[in-house]
Amino acid sequence: MTEDLRDLDALASLTDQVRRRAYAVVADGTGPVGRDEVAEALGIGRTLAAFHLDKLVAAGLLEVSYARRSGKTGPGAGRPAKLYQVGAAEHAVSVPPRAYLGAAELLAEAIEQAGVEEALYKVAQRHGRRLRKDATVALTEQGYSPAAAGPDRIELRNCPFHRLAEQFPPLICGMNLAMITGLLGDSDGDWTARMDPAPGRCCVTLSKNQSD
Amino acid sequence: MTSFHLAQMNTARLRAPLEDPSMIEFAEGVAVMNALADRSPGFVWRLADETGDGTIAAPADPSRIFTLSVWETPEHLRAYAYQSQHLEYLRRRRDWFLPNGHQAALVLWWLPAGQLPTLRQGISRLGRLQAAGPAPDAFTFREMFPAPELAHRD
Repeated sequence: MTEDLRDLDALASLTDQVRRRAYAVVADGTGPVGRDEVAEALGIGRTLAAFHLDKLVAAGLLEVSYARRSGKTGPGAGRPAKLYQVGAAEHAVSVPPRAYLGAAELLAEAIEQAGVEEALYKVAQRHGRRLRKDATVALTEQGYSPAAAGPDRIELRNCPFHRLAEQFPPLICGMNLAMITGLLGDSDGDWTARMDPAPGRCCVTLSKNQSD
Repeated sequence: MTSFHLAQMNTARLRAPLEDPSMIEFAEGVAVMNALADRSPGFVWRLADETGDGTIAAPADPSRIFTLSVWETPEHLRAYAYQSQHLEYLRRRRDWFLPNGHQAALVLWWLPAGQLPTLRQGISRLGRLQAAGPAPDAFTFREMFPAPELAHRD
């Protein structure tokens, strides 16, 4: 796995500071992002922004789609804009070789076979409690990329355990729910976590507690 | 249009009879989840008893239940099972089901579009998966095999 030079190449393309910031702008976007938005966010020219974005595409870190942004269709709507979003592939390089995902898969399978999901949920909730602080800050630190979806709802745009969650959805999504519930605090908190799955984001969403 | 559909069979052993108070939420959820499956994209068919209930108990062991269904593609089944309200029921399955241990609880296989699987067929596929591990005629989501047609074309 340390021999996987494609992963190393992909990550090495982020050593350029401007390019790394361009990646962050795309990763933080709520949807596909155009070069103009990246240029504006970084205070650089559109051509330079496009250069870095296309390098990130070539490295496999970003993916391209095309869409008309004005909402117009048909003749006169103009050319579709080239848009960028984070690629589905994951890249990791470990020196010396480590394979924690492989260990996690074995542990997850053992938990399912033994039927001790509840033990994992308890551990996860306790772990979440230890991380407790401002919800958005804590969730950001844990890699969930929280984003407001209206005044009363927070969606988590990244699942830190994505590949494991794909293989063991009930177990790992349940672990996420327990950890986030612990992190948010008890009934006096502002937010409640619940299972609310959808493709492309964490299966847990937060809804604001009614204060009356 | 694919000429093969995906068949699915699940089995579980209930912790208590469906009438038991501890099973109320599961028993109520069955109808909700069946209705959700019926209107989910890519849903083709499911085994149902005369009341429309898709959770079929084995005659010899009433605590042993089965679900059997057919979907256009694995993605459709995945979306229903793991990206809908159904996931919350799966998360809570230990409240209602005994652990499976080493026994396989889910089996998938391909069947020609238009054909319907039988419970007997599903139990036999589950046995094959259990005995020999995932193979083209009995597999799992974690170890998928392509539909026969696709395998020939490649």
